[in-house]
Amino acid sequence: MPVAFTEEDRCLTAAVSGELDHHGAKEVMQALDRRIDEALPRQLTLDLGGLTFTDSSGIAVLLRAWRRMGQAGGGMRVVNTPAQADKVFQAAGLGRIIRFE
Amino acid sequence: MKMENHVSLEFPSRSANEGFARTAAACFAAQLDPTLEEINDVKTAVSEAVTNAIVHAYPDTLGKIVLKLRLRDDHSLEIVVRDWGVGIADVEQARTPLFTTGNEERSGMGFTIMESFMDSLKVRSAPGKGTTVTMRRKIARRMGR
Repeated sequence: MPVAFTEEDRCLTAAVSGELDHHGAKEVMQALDRRIDEALPRQLTLDLGGLTFTDSSGIAVLLRAWRRMGQAGGGMRVVNTPAQADKVFQAAGLGRIIRFE
Repeated sequence: MKMENHVSLEFPSRSANEGFARTAAACFAAQLDPTLEEINDVKTAVSEAVTNAIVHAYPDTLGKIVLKLRLRDDHSLEIVVRDWGVGIADVEQARTPLFTTGNEERSGMGFTIMESFMDSLKVRSAPGKGTTVTMRRKIARRMGR
């Protein structure tokens, strides 16, 4: 479950690709935690363009990143969400909390 | 033509089998000529049910999980996920959105996702005996079949 990071001017972009389920969620969470703590970005952009599948494990990953960014005083947005993932996130009401663009 | 067909898969509660189980369910459901969205709904619901069994039914051991898939004459798919693990004392509570006994890697939204992606969801459980989750989803008949 690879996460590719790019950073510019304290804006961190994390591209998550492949299938994000319970099996791979811990690795993604740890990678995000570590990088957020190191970079302390003002803005985190989660790019889900390469995500081929997710379930409620993805909800936990997004909420954790959102909370961590909140604690660090930064913002978070999610971009390029595929239809399958979007349906999962919206069924959970995530659109009321997290900015999807 | 009679649509009836079924398959039964048994596997240990290893998290690596989450991907296998949902992909197998998607392949089996392909016989109903589903849309991509219908296939994704089936994959998502199976992933939730199997993950629940892996995470909650057998917290400290590896145990047996059985996934049964059945095509029914009414052009629907029945999905049964069964385990012989710890069971759920209060099913109603377990089905409540955001309720989880898992750690922070779990969102507590598994049953909510299953409910919203399937037409019906039934959960039978007894502490110490295990849990059976039965879901049904009608697959629309499409033009040109």
